[in-house]
Amino acid sequence: MTTTHEERPVTTTTQNAGGVPAAQTPEPVIEMRDISITFGNVRALDGVSLRLLPGEVHALMGENGAGKSTLIKALTGVYTIDSGTIVVGGEEHQFSTPAAAQAAGISTVYQEVNLVPNLTVAENMLLGREPRFLGGINVRAMNRRAAATLERLGLDIDPRSMLGDHPIAIQQLVAIARAVDVEARVVILDEPTSSLDADEVEKLFEVMRRLRADGVAIVFVSHFLDQIYEIADRMTILRNGRLVEERMVADTTQLQLVQLMIGRELEALERLDRAATHQVTTTEPVLKAVGLSRKGSLEATDLCLYDGEVVGVAGLLGSGRTELARLLFGADTADNGTLEIRSARRRLRSPRHAIDRKVAFSSEDRKAEGVIADLTVADNMLLALQASRGWLRPIPQATRNRLVADYIEALDIRPADPNALMRNLSGGNQQKVLLARWLITEPELLILDEPTRGIDIGAKAQIQAKVAELAGKGMSVVFISAELEEVLRLSDRLVVMRDRRKIDERRNHDVTVSDVLEIIAGQGDAAGSRTEEETSRD
Amino acid sequence: MTDTLTPPAAERAARPGPGARILASPLLWPVVALLLLVVINTLALAFDFAGRGETSFFLNVRIQDGHLYGNIIDIARNSAPVLLVALGMTLIIATRGIDLSVGAIAAIAGAVACTRLVGAADEGAVTAAIMACTWALAVCVLLGLWNGFLVAVLGIQPILATLVLMVAGRGLAMLVTDGQITTVHNDTFSDLATGFVLGLPVASLIAVGMVVVAAVLTRRTALGMLIEAVGINPEASRLAGVRARTIIWTVYVFGAFCAGLAGLIIAANTNSVNANSLGLWIELDAILAVVIGGTALTGGRFSLAGTLVGALFITTLARTIPNVGIPSEANYLFKAVVVVAVCLLQSPRARAALRVRRRPVPKGAHS
Repeated sequence: MTTTHEERPVTTTTQNAGGVPAAQTPEPVIEMRDISITFGNVRALDGVSLRLLPGEVHALMGENGAGKSTLIKALTGVYTIDSGTIVVGGEEHQFSTPAAAQAAGISTVYQEVNLVPNLTVAENMLLGREPRFLGGINVRAMNRRAAATLERLGLDIDPRSMLGDHPIAIQQLVAIARAVDVEARVVILDEPTSSLDADEVEKLFEVMRRLRADGVAIVFVSHFLDQIYEIADRMTILRNGRLVEERMVADTTQLQLVQLMIGRELEALERLDRAATHQVTTTEPVLKAVGLSRKGSLEATDLCLYDGEVVGVAGLLGSGRTELARLLFGADTADNGTLEIRSARRRLRSPRHAIDRKVAFSSEDRKAEGVIADLTVADNMLLALQASRGWLRPIPQATRNRLVADYIEALDIRPADPNALMRNLSGGNQQKVLLARWLITEPELLILDEPTRGIDIGAKAQIQAKVAELAGKGMSVVFISAELEEVLRLSDRLVVMRDRRKIDERRNHDVTVSDVLEIIAGQGDAAGSRTEEETSRD
Repeated sequence: MTDTLTPPAAERAARPGPGARILASPLLWPVVALLLLVVINTLALAFDFAGRGETSFFLNVRIQDGHLYGNIIDIARNSAPVLLVALGMTLIIATRGIDLSVGAIAAIAGAVACTRLVGAADEGAVTAAIMACTWALAVCVLLGLWNGFLVAVLGIQPILATLVLMVAGRGLAMLVTDGQITTVHNDTFSDLATGFVLGLPVASLIAVGMVVVAAVLTRRTALGMLIEAVGINPEASRLAGVRARTIIWTVYVFGAFCAGLAGLIIAANTNSVNANSLGLWIELDAILAVVIGGTALTGGRFSLAGTLVGALFITTLARTIPNVGIPSEANYLFKAVVVVAVCLLQSPRARAALRVRRRPVPKGAHS
């Protein structure tokens, strides 16, 4: 950690929280000064400051592991700070619980909506502070109050409807409405847009603008740079647990911002341009699926995967892209269809069968289906290999150490400590460990479902580069991502999914994002793509 | 790539010294509690004997009749059943499970062994004892397979799945013994509980032997890591290719086997079996021992050494109560206090409160 700090080419060391022109500084709603937090040996935050002004959208920027989440949790009383001060409205505070922070007017809306789906919208908004009447809850007053708040935010939602009946986006807006109802002075939105589509994002921004006009300070965390530039006024940039700079968004180009965030040249991102460089020379597919289907998740789908080829799977959330991956790996079992791996018919009843056939799969749900939080980095990395060897044949200590050290270096995992607990790593680093887990098993087919979701640009570039390198060495890779640019950049062949089936498959010759969007929207050249599909299968 | 060389060195420098490591060890509090009990006993005994003009030291061990003799030897011997049951329970709990049926399994083991002995051609023969114990343990393995089947294959919640056998098992033991208290006469069998080898109690040797076996199985192979992985995140483990089903099944069989050994030792101690009372509530003592030892009921990381200390603690506590002049019926009350204390020590909120209080207040840091 310290080394990156020293090697930083940009002279940001002297900058501090006082870097903003004095002309436009009203009294901050909240000022965090020199906050430090340490977990075990890991310094998560090192003297970081943050100022939030009334009526602004303040973007908190940084790679994964930069300390954004930690800073937010320090502000909301989830973590206790080791040193530093938090000044709210001129008074020094030390929040030891989330409730204390909330009482001071700081509300948080987390990435995952944590409301109660089987209560009504109004009940959720006023949970824990329902208007009372004769010892019971005054339902009418509650609905009235909820309706008033929703109206103020310009949201057309029936307060009496069940929360769970609404799509995630609406639930998220309800979560924000709940935050606003507490008379929040500060609203923290941690990755609120990661599961929203464009319309929904616009609706969210509309709500944010209204709040800003009301003088609320909004902390906004998002990995989408375009969104930052659309909505945010100022930003604080963190890197490796330190403050890099506080800046006006309007005065910063995207390139500058990215450089400040990752602190190194962008060449990692630029270098990778392998799209369509691969020539199919193989005759025999690694994997061939015919009519693969599963009730409720995937309709009959054909797919062929070849050595040394990256197949990108594009499609919206719920289009069947994850379901397809799970069937190819045996994470779910297929109802119908056949699967051949290296020309041998296989029925995959469990992931184990797939792993034995040299297939690897990294799930989109890192937390629930990937990370073993309480084990070390080393154990997490070696889990799949150890599982396939069986418990009676432990990996020899020397091999263990070598493998783990190699992959920590190759994937630039931080902290570079094999004995660090997985839970203490940032999302991007956890993702790299999971990638290492599968690379260690030396698979012939690697299925990556959203390997770069929610991780920073630096880690993203590293993972993309690794994928390209692996395919270059002959591995067959299935790359699934919601980010079309990423899919297009990496894949040799493109599979487009919609409504739980494959609607198109084509070589990636100069396919553009708008081409793919057209295909998804149903305006694609269906006939042309089908012939392409036929040829590629033979 | 020079930066990859520096961090390890820097981290090594920052690594806490031996003193800090002891303070941070999860075994610290169980061991301190155990030592505290020993001190209380020592004082109580010294005071008691001083009143009669004698001297006695709690930790005294002397050789009598060719074997070691003393309070701590007694405790080691008496703790064997609970230690055995707790040992199996540790691994089960590590997989997010629990086994309520171990008491019943112990009773069945005792019942099977005693009825086989009584029915043997020569009740006193060494071979009869060996055969009887083998039968009993084989039955226990079957019962463990049953529990494991319910949990790992049918996916029934462990607490419910093992409740079946907890209730039915005692009935089974009653059937085996015809509802009678069966008394046996076999020196080899009773040596399980009261015998000595190399001056050490056989029961303790068996229990410690099993601890060593478990430690080797889990820490010298990859079993421990896989058990922990399954306990921490079953779905992620499955997707990584871990045979969760086999592992869960194995720990229930191991748990039942340990419970069977405990049942044999308990039966041998009285040379009889009462299907109604043998090993009654021992599952709760075992769970308590596991928790005192620092293995969380939520599964995941486990500590066999902790369980050892936990079992010793519970047995020592049972002995301390009469030693300090409190009627032994009050034992339950003190166990309850221990449970509360353990819960508090494990509660994140209580820990946070302790930590805040312990941290020195920074003086004039911002002035």
